[in-house]
Amino acid sequence: MRKACLNEIYKLAKQDTRVVFLGSDIASGTLAQFQREMPERYFMEGVCEANIVGMMSGLAMNGKIPYLNTIAVFLTRRCYEQIMLDAAMHNLKIRLIGSGGGLVYAPLGPTHLAFEDISLMRSIPNMTIVAPCDAEEMKRLMPQTLDYEGPMYIRLGKGGEQIVSSPDKEFKIGKAILMSAGKQVLVVTTGIVLKLALEAAEELKAKKIGLRILHMHTIKPIDSEAFLKEASGCRAVITLEENSVIGGLGSAISEILAEACFDPAKKFLRIGLPDVFPSKYGSQDKLMQSFGLTKEALVSAAMRLINT
Amino acid sequence: MNNTRLDSRSIEFRRKIIDIVGHARRGHIGSAFSIVEILRVLYEDVLRLDPRNPLWKERDRFILSKGHGCLALYTALAEKGFIKSAELNKFCEFEAMLGGHPQYDKVPGVEASTGSLGHGLSIGLGIALSGKIDKKDFRTFVLLGDGECNEGTIWEAAMCASKHKLSSLTVIIDYNKMQCYGLTCEVMDLEPLADKWLSFGFDVKEVNGHDIPALRNILGKRRFEGEKPLAVICHTVKGKGVSSLEGNALSHHKSKISDDEIKKFYDELENY
Repeated sequence: MRKACLNEIYKLAKQDTRVVFLGSDIASGTLAQFQREMPERYFMEGVCEANIVGMMSGLAMNGKIPYLNTIAVFLTRRCYEQIMLDAAMHNLKIRLIGSGGGLVYAPLGPTHLAFEDISLMRSIPNMTIVAPCDAEEMKRLMPQTLDYEGPMYIRLGKGGEQIVSSPDKEFKIGKAILMSAGKQVLVVTTGIVLKLALEAAEELKAKKIGLRILHMHTIKPIDSEAFLKEASGCRAVITLEENSVIGGLGSAISEILAEACFDPAKKFLRIGLPDVFPSKYGSQDKLMQSFGLTKEALVSAAMRLINT
Repeated sequence: MNNTRLDSRSIEFRRKIIDIVGHARRGHIGSAFSIVEILRVLYEDVLRLDPRNPLWKERDRFILSKGHGCLALYTALAEKGFIKSAELNKFCEFEAMLGGHPQYDKVPGVEASTGSLGHGLSIGLGIALSGKIDKKDFRTFVLLGDGECNEGTIWEAAMCASKHKLSSLTVIIDYNKMQCYGLTCEVMDLEPLADKWLSFGFDVKEVNGHDIPALRNILGKRRFEGEKPLAVICHTVKGKGVSSLEGNALSHHKSKISDDEIKKFYDELENY
């Protein structure tokens, strides 16, 4: 997914001289071709992320469209005030690309786990947050980032994710995509966990339970219209995300749901990361399993909500 | 150096700031008084600006990174014709254009919203870098407070500006030796300040920040491609021009200022 994202930045830079790439101190050779061919717009600035966000805001004030790639936790936590004030308050067209969203860097421990990047970004006015589900969707997203107004946070997965998106379903920033049309339980997902929801839908089909899946790739601005439309015919709503249950997709959906006042009320459950610092290592999959972010957990939650 | 006489223009400039404070009864008055001559020289002699076209692409950029010094900036912008003088008397009112820290989208001539310290230099170097990419010849000036130099981002930005040889970037440090709590040498000593900027790759000049001709001489010289960025350490006096405010940490920010105090400010300024 990162490779697809960076390749797209290269292509955008080739066609539009406003595009500038910045990194902090990321992998050697990143976008080497970009650096060779457009050195005046390629900047590797070292371990000073807060300064880089301020700097790219200055670049954007003068009409550049800067794309910054670094590790999601340092990008969101370390630079929070620069993102809030320098970029978002000025409503600048800067692109923040967070590597290792969620639990990708499991072996590296909690300092490197972006378990609340979406929550942090969500509370920033003017911010757009996008979490594509795979590399193909990333390719559809990136050309749209060029002329989209305001700052944007793009969450990257680990890479090599199974392709679950489809070119037949139009991708548009801010417009959720209906991925499965079951009629009983609506699952709203974002990012790479869409795959789990699709697998759960297959399993539940055999049990005669219809899972409706809404892929909310854009968490902010959230497509509340699509959510309310898809939720209206379902008895239950589940949110599934690789982010804290506080402040992310589950929070956003619960806010809309609470104010919608469905009668009868929808049963509702958030599946996400608990409000703790992860303390295990292993792998992203292992850590997700330990937090109940699995197909099995989703299947049993859907059955429980339908049968109670 | 601290006893520099003020000319009538500098007295008048400060009187206008007291006028604003007289309406709002609040403001970072001491922080504004230390930068009056710096802003006078920038806005009257140095910056290439067009008040009728605040976003003119070829303009020089000035960022007041110590945004709390905005009373001096607003006065300079009004003098220059960017904003109407009537706005000054609405300072901090609910519907006012001018708040306690400058807002770029509200105030013509303000390049960046500041107020949280340690942001302006990174933004300024980004602006200067964009000018370098586009081969523009505008200059970028960023005015830092001395207390602001406690922030780590200032030194991140200093390294970065130096790396990119941003000769068009000039950093001005309002070295009044006082921050909010008290003396900078006691709160967080900045010395050796000139050596710090030198070692971060800047050309460094030190100047009496209330000496108009000296400031003109240093700030007015255009820098040439390939030169280092410039840091100008301005030795100033917090509260300069009103004796009861000078060197007084409590002058950093004042609110609920009484009639008697306002009168005293005018009196002390006139007798300076």
